[in-house]
Amino acid sequence: MDPKRAKQSPDSAEAIRLSPFPDEALDRILALLDSHKDRSSASLVSKAWYHAERWSRSCVFIGNCYSVSPEILVHRFPNIRRVILKGKPRFSDFNLVPQNWGADIHSWLLVFADHYPFLEELRLKRMTVSDQSLEFLALKFHNFKSLSLLSCDGFSTDGLAAIATHCRNLTELDIQENGIDDISGKWLNCFPDNFTSLEVLNFASLTSEVNFDSLERLVARCNSLKILKVNQSITLDQLQRLLVRAPRLMELGSGSFLQDLTPQQYTDLETAFRGCRNLQTLSGLSEASSLYLPALYPACANLTFLNLSYAALQSEELAKLLAHCPLLRRLWVLDTVEDKGLEAVGQNCSLLEELRVFPEHPFDQEIDHGVTESGFLAVSYGCRKLSYVLYFCGQMTNAAVATIVQNCPDFTHFRLCIMNPGQPDYLTNEPMDEAFGAVVKNCPKLQRLAVSGLLTDLTFEYIGTYAKNLETLSVAFAGSSDWGMQCVLEGCPKLRKLEIRDCPFGNKALLSGLEKYESMRSLWMSACKVTMNGCKLLAREMPRLNVEVMEDEESNEGQAYKVYVYRSVAGPRRDAPPFVLTL
Amino acid sequence: MDALCAPADKSIIDLEATELRLGLPGTSSSSSEKLQIFVGRSNKRPLGESSMEGSSNSRSSSSSSNDPEKDGCLGCSIPPSKTQVVGWPPIRSYRKNSLQHKKEEEAKFSGIYVKVSMDGAPYLRKIDLGGYEGYRQLLTALEEMFKLAIGEYSERDGYKGSEYAPTYQDKDGDWMLLGDVPWEMFRSSCKKLRIMKGTEGVGLTCSP
Repeated sequence: MDPKRAKQSPDSAEAIRLSPFPDEALDRILALLDSHKDRSSASLVSKAWYHAERWSRSCVFIGNCYSVSPEILVHRFPNIRRVILKGKPRFSDFNLVPQNWGADIHSWLLVFADHYPFLEELRLKRMTVSDQSLEFLALKFHNFKSLSLLSCDGFSTDGLAAIATHCRNLTELDIQENGIDDISGKWLNCFPDNFTSLEVLNFASLTSEVNFDSLERLVARCNSLKILKVNQSITLDQLQRLLVRAPRLMELGSGSFLQDLTPQQYTDLETAFRGCRNLQTLSGLSEASSLYLPALYPACANLTFLNLSYAALQSEELAKLLAHCPLLRRLWVLDTVEDKGLEAVGQNCSLLEELRVFPEHPFDQEIDHGVTESGFLAVSYGCRKLSYVLYFCGQMTNAAVATIVQNCPDFTHFRLCIMNPGQPDYLTNEPMDEAFGAVVKNCPKLQRLAVSGLLTDLTFEYIGTYAKNLETLSVAFAGSSDWGMQCVLEGCPKLRKLEIRDCPFGNKALLSGLEKYESMRSLWMSACKVTMNGCKLLAREMPRLNVEVMEDEESNEGQAYKVYVYRSVAGPRRDAPPFVLTL
Repeated sequence: MDALCAPADKSIIDLEATELRLGLPGTSSSSSEKLQIFVGRSNKRPLGESSMEGSSNSRSSSSSSNDPEKDGCLGCSIPPSKTQVVGWPPIRSYRKNSLQHKKEEEAKFSGIYVKVSMDGAPYLRKIDLGGYEGYRQLLTALEEMFKLAIGEYSERDGYKGSEYAPTYQDKDGDWMLLGDVPWEMFRSSCKKLRIMKGTEGVGLTCSP
């Protein structure tokens, strides 16, 4: 087959050499690529591949909204239908980033309106979204189908009303854990009577009451509904009526599980759950009482993800429930289940891959409840496939962690939070260095690590030496000197995100990563020892990095209290508020 | 193991060595090589919504003089209390707020223990009204506790068909039939419960 001449590409000779098959074939093949990483790689092969890739890409993922500008984006990718954007640094989830910092979606929407009029999907995380933006989105994009807002802020239920009213082709409305102004539940009534396309509806984190009749009718007429997560205003008997209308649900988030049911109502509920044969994910269950949990059991046979992180279950209740969930792969619980509950996890969930244990009382001075190292150990003995853990506990030992990672060497995400900052091994009183040393030595696939407890530079030496696949590292109240941070910057080739707070790392450490930061997404350092001079030096040496310092009333003379460093092709921010200094 | 962590002499067991401190074993508080937790300065600002949970801490807050030249010394002491450290533990605001809300709800109605007497029983029991969400749950619990059947409530006939009648003494001292008033109203006015037996319970007489 004769290689077809490349399209008016400047180096067509090169293109012919490197793509000895027709452009149509190249386009077709590249169009099949889904993974962002693969597409990135393909675009680097040659100019021809670069152009073929950019024309065929329909979905773009931007991990830091300030790393690129909307103008640059639309110029490179003309045919985008789906956009995933992440905004603020992760520590904004914990109130470390002031209000009005930025990451406003509106400037993006304005550009999208001109260049992506057929935009279908927008998934935003930690962005600021106003009601005005939501209305703009609803009115300007006639093909818009899918909206997901996670950990965003700046909008109210009025904005949701605009989406419901105007997005005729909406398939997904997923509102999770946002700083939302929850005025009323009336937005739900705004879906038109002839609107039937909804497949995903998640309003579990909204508090205001919705009109149940509206919801019931909506669920009844949306035959493709697969994911339904309601809020606490929905009672158990209402839930039963919804389930009867939507037995093909794959993911269910219940409302409040607390109600005084008649025996008939209970039977009806149980029957409704029995009818849900496709259920893979279950969440909600707030105020779940042991009286009614058994109604759930018939629906649990195919469950792979159980999110009990808002249900304060006791150990026995959990044990009984888990006995009905043989296929469970992901489990989120509150530490009310205690070590005993986690023993039940180890006994029942041999397929478990992910465990998250959240604290019920994270701010209590005395931690005499919750989970300890024993619970984690028990899980590790029974769930050898464990690869993702998020564990909030009051005490831990080096020995326990060492055993845990021997039992479960497949960890890709290991996030351990010993809630008292700087707490040592409670049995030996030593630092927790050996624990995290064991993690990085035994888990070669480790991608994400969050450390806690009393830690010296040794922890970071270990990380730099062994954690060769590490991409994300979170550090708080740890380390002894600059050397610790240097070890990580020099030793972890795949590091992309480094977030540090309250550690004794200063300018020497900061500047040791000079060459590194361009290969990373971002660096966050707050309440450390870096100074303005150190940051200015970094900014001067590395013009393609944005070095931003946030002014703070806590900072000393010359101290850079909150530092955010990230690579960008868009140059310094043009929308920075007064308290963000770009150096 | 790193020399930094190896104490000089492990063989002598003395009380000081077993004392739980944040320092390394073998070091004393007067040692200059203190291994303490560095806190930049985040311990000054109290965390608004959780300040009500912890009492104000009597431990001294960290010293303000961070000497940037001293590389070996880590600087300040640990934050005085968890509740005063912004953004720690790292829980998302949404989850934090909903836990807070739940705690307030729980606090309202837990621990309302009232005595329960049954005619003919040798001793009384106690029951926590906060643990139930409605009359049905409460009655089920009473039936289980005393091994009897009380039956269904009806506004007209009370607990017809059963030889037992559940009653309670309200704030005014009157004995009322269970079920007449809304649950919340009952829960906040109930002083004690009594399961009346036989003809005495029928007819709604006001004093036992």
